[in-house]
Amino acid sequence: MSRDVSVKISPVETIESLTKEAEHLKIKLEDERQKLNDVTLAAVADRLEIINYMNVKPRRTLKGHQAKVLCSDWSPDKRHIVSSSQDGKMIIWDAFTTNKEHAVTMPTTWVMACAYAPSGNLVACGGLDNKVTVYPLSLDEDVTLKKKTVGTHTSYTSCCTFPNSDQQILTGSGDSTCALWDVESGQLLQSFHGHAADVMAIDLAPSEIGNTFVSGSCDKMVYLWDMRTGQCVQSFEGHESDVNSVKFHPSGDAIATGSDDATCRLFDLRADREVAVYNKESIIFGINAVDFSVSGRLLFAGYNDYTVNVWDTLKCVRVCLLYGHENRVSCLQVSPDGTALSSGSWDCTLRVWA
Amino acid sequence: MVTMNSDKAQAKRKPEPSNEGCAGSSTDNTMGAPHQLSTSEESPNHLLYKKMEKIVEKMQDETIGVPVRTVKSFISKIPSVFTGSDLIMWMLKNLDIEDQVEALHMAHLMAAHGYIFPIDDHILTLKNDNTFYRFQTPYFWPSNCWEPENTDYAVYLCKRTMQNKTRLELADYEAENLARLQKMFSRKWEFIFMQAEAQSKVDKKRDKLERKVLDSQERAFWDVHRPMPGCVNTTEIDIKKACRMNKTLRHNKNLQIGASSCMSSSVSDTTYKTSIEFYKEQINNLKSRFERTNTKVSKVADAYITYYEQYLEYDCFFVSPEYPNPWISDSPELWEQEKQAKDISARRVKRWAFSLKELLQDPIGHDQFVKFLDKEFSGENLKFWEAVQQLKALPQSEVQSKVSDIWNEFLAPDASCPINVDSHSYEATKKNMGNGDRWSFDTAAAHVYQLMKSDSYSRYLRSEMYKEYLNVSKKKTSVKGIRSIVSFSARKETIT
Repeated sequence: MSRDVSVKISPVETIESLTKEAEHLKIKLEDERQKLNDVTLAAVADRLEIINYMNVKPRRTLKGHQAKVLCSDWSPDKRHIVSSSQDGKMIIWDAFTTNKEHAVTMPTTWVMACAYAPSGNLVACGGLDNKVTVYPLSLDEDVTLKKKTVGTHTSYTSCCTFPNSDQQILTGSGDSTCALWDVESGQLLQSFHGHAADVMAIDLAPSEIGNTFVSGSCDKMVYLWDMRTGQCVQSFEGHESDVNSVKFHPSGDAIATGSDDATCRLFDLRADREVAVYNKESIIFGINAVDFSVSGRLLFAGYNDYTVNVWDTLKCVRVCLLYGHENRVSCLQVSPDGTALSSGSWDCTLRVWA
Repeated sequence: MVTMNSDKAQAKRKPEPSNEGCAGSSTDNTMGAPHQLSTSEESPNHLLYKKMEKIVEKMQDETIGVPVRTVKSFISKIPSVFTGSDLIMWMLKNLDIEDQVEALHMAHLMAAHGYIFPIDDHILTLKNDNTFYRFQTPYFWPSNCWEPENTDYAVYLCKRTMQNKTRLELADYEAENLARLQKMFSRKWEFIFMQAEAQSKVDKKRDKLERKVLDSQERAFWDVHRPMPGCVNTTEIDIKKACRMNKTLRHNKNLQIGASSCMSSSVSDTTYKTSIEFYKEQINNLKSRFERTNTKVSKVADAYITYYEQYLEYDCFFVSPEYPNPWISDSPELWEQEKQAKDISARRVKRWAFSLKELLQDPIGHDQFVKFLDKEFSGENLKFWEAVQQLKALPQSEVQSKVSDIWNEFLAPDASCPINVDSHSYEATKKNMGNGDRWSFDTAAAHVYQLMKSDSYSRYLRSEMYKEYLNVSKKKTSVKGIRSIVSFSARKETIT
């Protein structure tokens, strides 16, 4: 077979030689990176005081979904939440009063993604229907009357978010791509190819320019994308299984991830490498969602073992465990003003912690 | 007895259990063949099962494991059991677990996944008391990718009705399930009944104690796969992962076909080229990574700490906000106060000095900055930058006209509100005007932003205007400020 190949392709460019070169480069790159790895994050953080007092308690329980809660998102008004569920319902909650303001029936069950628009007047959702659909919210009429399908993937929509505008939606999909859509026309503005497996999560960079976003995938990789060009500008590896969640550090300089390999990790954009792994031997379940507190010191992570673990991102130790959910925690998000944490679970409820 | 197809079982079966708690139940291959997923490695739960089994194996270790006993009670014996408190004690001693609550939670999960079970309860959980528990035999572990069918369940329930024993009596929900299944399989019922009868006969021949263990293990198996109403079904798979598994199965088939054609030395040219291209791209990516200048970990670690220290005061999980946290106090005062333009706290004004982004994010900070720029007659930079941000947020249909509007207002030779950009940005932007899109002004906007940051913004922070505003807000909120500091230091004391 090898003889066969050498006839067709010039000897310089056989798969073997290219693989070798790539391996060689990888090793050299790792060496280079290692030189910059002069000290561990935990060692530098040694000068900080230990956090051993956390008074986080469940403050609200939102009941109303008939099946697993799969996704949720805070409204910019800091008190409303949109959530989607396997029962094919999307509910808009006033989480503060725990009242339901809308309960919208979707054309599909398994609504895996939902998001609030920056104006708070619009929500988007998608799932096994491979689509992303927007619903303008108004109290006077049936929300479904004005729904509009914006984009369609070739596999399920796993996540969606509005990039600083009601007029665009960014989606991630099981077809291993991400896409930016124009809400009004449904036009595909940009697509993002590069992942080798299902995209599970995306997050927008918090910078004032806001032209980049990050994605996590079942190919174990984390990619940073430029929305203008559709190009991947940085990539991070290290996870040993599916990356289910990605979230920017509030400074915009790092990305936290959660994975089925039961670890959360911190990847730094400036150092171009993994700078911390958050795990314990006794933690064996995968992570579905991660988010930071306002100062970036705490990382909340929702696990398949029904708990939320709170990590000290700097000292790299667990601060505490939040018990309460009775099934897997599927989604989790710190509220826009950082006053509370919301979590959604397969136990059909959402909870607000503060 | 639930059994597997003999060929599948050969491949999947774990080594025979050595522990007395798992008396060899996997020896008999009678009838019935519940379907299994063929690729256990693909199961997203598989990673977890592997880790759990490592722990269970440690628990069952003959010397350092949990003590398993046969307990005598009145006239009968209870074989191969351990108590809940024994297990919890063992976990605290042998696993990296912090407290009893965590140990109980972990034990509950291992029970819910069917690795340990209470000897006479359908609810798979664990209590820290003298209740008896048993280990599940590896044959029934969920990692064997059981997907038992309803006919198997029907046979099992039917069999239970044949055995005249109180411990095998059907629970209410099981009786309901049986009735439902009987209706569902009415035509096949004779067959199901025969199978149940045959299995029951085999069971009856067994040793009494062995039967006790086997019956309980089989019951626990069904408690995992057909849980009692209200209990979590731990075998469920995340729908996204299930979709993915279906895809990989298909993909693997294709790969196999590809592999076989490889063997016959006829690699198609196209796949070969694409993989060559793939590697070339990978090499290019790697090379470009060499060109990046990266920061040392010590530097980035310092940056995280600086960021944390700067924002600590605003992190509600560490320092309580100026007005009570609405979620704790049930009063929305904090949010209402934010919306009002008076009584701006010093804490909030201080934040404007962190970065230009912080200043512009706060509507009041933004207004202040605009006023300052107006005084300096340098408002055009901010106006331009904001126009560019608005452009990015527009629907596609309005982008073109906004692009020319921005050009005419800020950059054209006869612009009404001209801005100064360096020639490089200007040329780049001019080139973009041919087919303008939402990113056309990005280079110019980035340049202007830098200019604002280094020039106007730093002058604003040094201005009397900002200082005065900060002082006024300090005085107004001094009482509240003290209160929040006190509450923080009180909290700090509890920390140390």
